[in-house]
Amino acid sequence: MRDKSKPKLAVWKFSSCDGCQLSLLDCEDELLDLASKIEIANFPEASRAVVKGPYELSLVEGSISTPHDAQRIQEVRRQSKFLVTIGACATAGGIQALRNFADVAEFARYVYAAPQYIETLSNSTPIAYHVFVDFELRGCPINKAQLVEVIGAFLNNRRPNVPHYSVCMECKRRGTICVMVAQGIPCLGPVTHAGCGALCPAYRRGCYGCFGPMETPNTVALSSRWKELGAANADLVRAYRTFNAFSEVFRKESVAHER
Amino acid sequence: MFVLRHARLDDLLDALKRRGFTLVGPVVRDGAIVYDVIASSSDLPIGYTHQQDAGSYHLIEAHDGAFFGYTVGPHSWKQYLNPPRTRLWKAKGSANGFEIVQENANVPRYAFIGVRACELNAIAILDRVFLQGSAVDFEYRRRREHAFILAVDCTRPGGTCFCASMNAGPQARSGFDLALTEVFDNGEHYFTVVCGSERGDEVLGELCLEEASEPERQAAKHSIEEAGRHMGRKMETAGLAELLASRVEHPHWEVVAKRCLTCGNCTLVCPTCFCSNVEDVTDLAGAFAERWRTWDSCFTLDYSYIHGGNVRKTAVSRYRQWLTHKLSSWHSQFEMSGCVGCGRCITWCPVGIDLTEEVRVLRDGATAVTIGTEKGVPDAKH
Ligand code: SF4
Ligand code: SF4
Ligand code: SF4
Ligand code: SF4
Repeated sequence: MRDKSKPKLAVWKFSSCDGCQLSLLDCEDELLDLASKIEIANFPEASRAVVKGPYELSLVEGSISTPHDAQRIQEVRRQSKFLVTIGACATAGGIQALRNFADVAEFARYVYAAPQYIETLSNSTPIAYHVFVDFELRGCPINKAQLVEVIGAFLNNRRPNVPHYSVCMECKRRGTICVMVAQGIPCLGPVTHAGCGALCPAYRRGCYGCFGPMETPNTVALSSRWKELGAANADLVRAYRTFNAFSEVFRKESVAHER
Repeated sequence: MFVLRHARLDDLLDALKRRGFTLVGPVVRDGAIVYDVIASSSDLPIGYTHQQDAGSYHLIEAHDGAFFGYTVGPHSWKQYLNPPRTRLWKAKGSANGFEIVQENANVPRYAFIGVRACELNAIAILDRVFLQGSAVDFEYRRRREHAFILAVDCTRPGGTCFCASMNAGPQARSGFDLALTEVFDNGEHYFTVVCGSERGDEVLGELCLEEASEPERQAAKHSIEEAGRHMGRKMETAGLAELLASRVEHPHWEVVAKRCLTCGNCTLVCPTCFCSNVEDVTDLAGAFAERWRTWDSCFTLDYSYIHGGNVRKTAVSRYRQWLTHKLSSWHSQFEMSGCVGCGRCITWCPVGIDLTEEVRVLRDGATAVTIGTEKGVPDAKH
């Protein structure tokens, strides 16, 4: 029997690698608690049993990259009271948005033997370009502790503790030595949204920008610093053009160094 | 004043350990000198120093056998006195709301080894903020009250140090239990020792040290005086608080804001910045909650979010808040400067923004010149 008092959760997949929704299955310690508070009503990755909508909470993974995606997201929105996008694909278009800087038909010709069967949009876009999104959880992949925090906040009717400041804040709190200052390694941390816990600098690598732009990114100043540290224009284009290439700020900055 | 031969430094550290202190001191890690728990003098950065400039730091092997031949790295003692994350309480749900879960969290009794003069002043500032006035911070107090402070004078200031300008160094004057000066003189390597408290006196009593001779005193005095003349940076402080208060609309703020990443590094490395955020976390079931305090920064948007929106949306307003708080409004708030001239914010700013330079420009009223322009920060294209 269904417990009708529990809110229903749905997990939706658009163009993506599944990595982010798998973070939910990865929450082994919390899954039991979760299942006692929320009904996992529609999560094909975990169970074939589907309970009909509407859903109190929808987690949306993936970007909009086909005409079918574009239609389906409207239906998902209609069925969802609270819609949270998870991961770089859903919040910024993902790595597949690299096509937005090129000719998608040409890509299709290279990749597929019969490109005429490929029905795709010329751009891969974030969910928020299409429907209203209640909350965006960043990362490629998302941090599962943050996912639990967002769901916990939803269940307890409070604001999630998901800060939008720089990775540097996390770096300093954990006592990591800045790789840019001490090693001269170019790092995207100062313009990148926190959330990973400053993982890469802790292993003496510069931040790759997996969580996309922070709240007030000054990419122009960071790029000039990178150049002083020896980065060429091509390095900058590549740095800003990864998982969050189509986020407004990273996109503009990469284009600025292409010329 | 006493003298401690360098080979006997461990006698001093052992005496502290016997008293139950956890020793925290400088160590070399990942290419920098940071603070961590140490077991003996062999953990210290012996023979290491560092070279610092705006936005750059290099660890250097000096091979000189000095225990304290460096200045300050990215860490400061505030991480022990006011940790980056502190749980303020935890609670569980009950029939009539919630009840606090009592904890017997033991805070280690720290002995801080190698505290610099600027850092003594920074701790005095934190004491003023957390321990004086109507609201005493319990978390800070219980870490602070037992801490034993072994200060060490600076004899080789760093490239971004300007404690002499701030009247905060390079010599330890107060706020320590014991203070050492490391001296190399005519092939001799020793420390002169000054006592600053009863606890310090007791520790010294155990070591049965000789009085420092007149030449030994002179050698120590000389090396500190030399250090005072070789500061990497300078800042003119006369009338500065009033001056900055009158420069709120100065066009130079725009120039700095173009370079500033609003990343927050300067505030988190600053030994006197104390701002924090308070977060409540709950478990999924809603049966358990915790309240955490975490380091925050005036460079984040949430920091100045009040009902209706953010009051410091631009980088101009946030950089100005930081600089004027440190050097101007801190005086009216706490009757002291918020800056001790340690230079951390200069070294650890990823783009090398240097408050001593910014102050110079703001003071002169000149608007066109600023450091870094030769490197060129292009106009924002977007
Ligand atoms: S290593 Fe990168 S993320 Fe960490 S403080 Fe330095 S610039 Fe920021
Ligand atoms: S403002 Fe800068 S120089 Fe002054 S105490 Fe803070 S970190 Fe040190
Ligand atoms: S600012 Fe002064 S006291 Fe502090 S490390 Fe530098 S020289 Fe030493
Ligand atoms: S002054 Fe430097 S360290 Fe401080 S927020 Fe700006 S860029 Fe970051």
